[in-house]
Amino acid sequence: MSLKGAGYIVGAWEHPTRKAADKSVTLLHAECAAGALADAGLSKDDVDAYYCAGDAPGLGPMSMIDYMGLKVRHMDSTDVGGSSYQVAVGHALEAIATNRANVCLITLAGRPRSEGQATGTAPRAGNPAQAEMQFEYPYGPATANMYALCAMRHMYEYGTTSEQLAWIKVAASHHAQYNPHAMLRDVVTVDDVVNSPMVASPLHRLDCCVISDGGGALIVTRPEIAKTLKRPLVKVIGVGEAPKNQMGGEVDLTYSAARWSGPPAWEMSGIKPSDIKYASIYDSFTITVLMQLEDLGFCEKGQGGKFVADGNLISGVGKLPFNTDGGGLCSNHPANRGGITKIIEAVRQLRGEAHPKVQVPNCDLAIAHGTGGSLGTRHVGSTVILERE
Amino acid sequence: MAYVQRKIPFVGTPDTNPETKPFFDGAAAGKLVIPQCVQTKKYIWYPRGISPFTLGPVEWKEVSGEGTVYTFSVMERANPPYCIAYVQLAEGPRMMTNIVDIDFKDVKIGMKVKLKFIEAEGGQAMPFFAPA
Repeated sequence: MSLKGAGYIVGAWEHPTRKAADKSVTLLHAECAAGALADAGLSKDDVDAYYCAGDAPGLGPMSMIDYMGLKVRHMDSTDVGGSSYQVAVGHALEAIATNRANVCLITLAGRPRSEGQATGTAPRAGNPAQAEMQFEYPYGPATANMYALCAMRHMYEYGTTSEQLAWIKVAASHHAQYNPHAMLRDVVTVDDVVNSPMVASPLHRLDCCVISDGGGALIVTRPEIAKTLKRPLVKVIGVGEAPKNQMGGEVDLTYSAARWSGPPAWEMSGIKPSDIKYASIYDSFTITVLMQLEDLGFCEKGQGGKFVADGNLISGVGKLPFNTDGGGLCSNHPANRGGITKIIEAVRQLRGEAHPKVQVPNCDLAIAHGTGGSLGTRHVGSTVILERE
Repeated sequence: MAYVQRKIPFVGTPDTNPETKPFFDGAAAGKLVIPQCVQTKKYIWYPRGISPFTLGPVEWKEVSGEGTVYTFSVMERANPPYCIAYVQLAEGPRMMTNIVDIDFKDVKIGMKVKLKFIEAEGGQAMPFFAPA
């Protein structure tokens, strides 16, 4: 059974906040849920399946289901970090296709900015029973340097440069100038990026995403229901998920899990990278984007630097408009997880509801890819391909 | 810039995961002892009591302590800065570590490094790598 077309995204809502000092994480989740339901033209009582991940307080989905007063017959709280929400879309499709759900709600929310997290440079001690913890924590793995390890090797193997990586931030900033909610709205240049302070070599401050509060929610439903609603039809035509890790010591940091999550999604969809009009690509760091573009097949391995240079990712300028809301690099990265906002901007593009300055003309095919966890150790890639019907 | 040794944090104790006792006993004696997959003969990192290649048994073996830098990053935001890296051991596996006793501007991918044990918080020795 193919999942192609088993579900449509009929509701997509992003919280406008970037600093929510006066709101709880649970309230942010619930506000996002209400926003997505209103967007779809559905109500809380229509929801019969709920999906969340580790940003939702409580044991799995239970506290949020209780807090929001949901009555569901299917649920999932697979937590793979920032790509959990792409995974949730795939799992929602499975539930719909097997008649275990009709209206699936997916939420993400968090407030790391209000809770005082300023940077991604501090190693965090975890549970020592986690098998790798005692063999990694002593060496200071933080967020930034785990992605930097990949960037350094990519530069060594393929000649990728800091200037090429900087083009990714430049493109995001061109888009963010039109997003009134974006944290960083100033257009930056390649020089601005490479002259910003080094955080974890070779990544500079402007190679990193923002730390923000906020959230988002999606409603996925079956075709029969989607066609009764008043929103443009955004059909899910491809999904894929895959983990990548240290492979017992056979570490290879030149590629991401997108190399494995992409092919099943492309095969299901029946389309190829050159068909895509708009791409939402997870942008925790500039290097994350570059590697995922290669691994999803938008260019050959090692050619990502050339592919992203000279504005190729800028809407209206280049061949592959990406992250037209400004992405994690400039707009927001709620709960330090950017997966759901990637899907939301792809839905806006397919509906023709992106900002007019960044709207891709005749946008009928889009991809929203996430990378959750740590690119330098263990992560999960998850791919969603969408079609405007 | 002169090298400054940071304090090495640790979480749990060597007894937390009993399966890794051969590694910690070896480290305490100044030896790098890691598992080898009995069936495939591949050496494994990080240490564990079962092979991720076969889910079969492992044998614990002392390795040479010779390695090559696979990749690295200097965390310049930290005080003192430190250089995290993956080092490929002569025996095969790539392990997370720090490069120590070097001016960080001289660290290069492909450079030869050698094992050096440094005591972490709690007293147990952990493997680091210095220029060979």
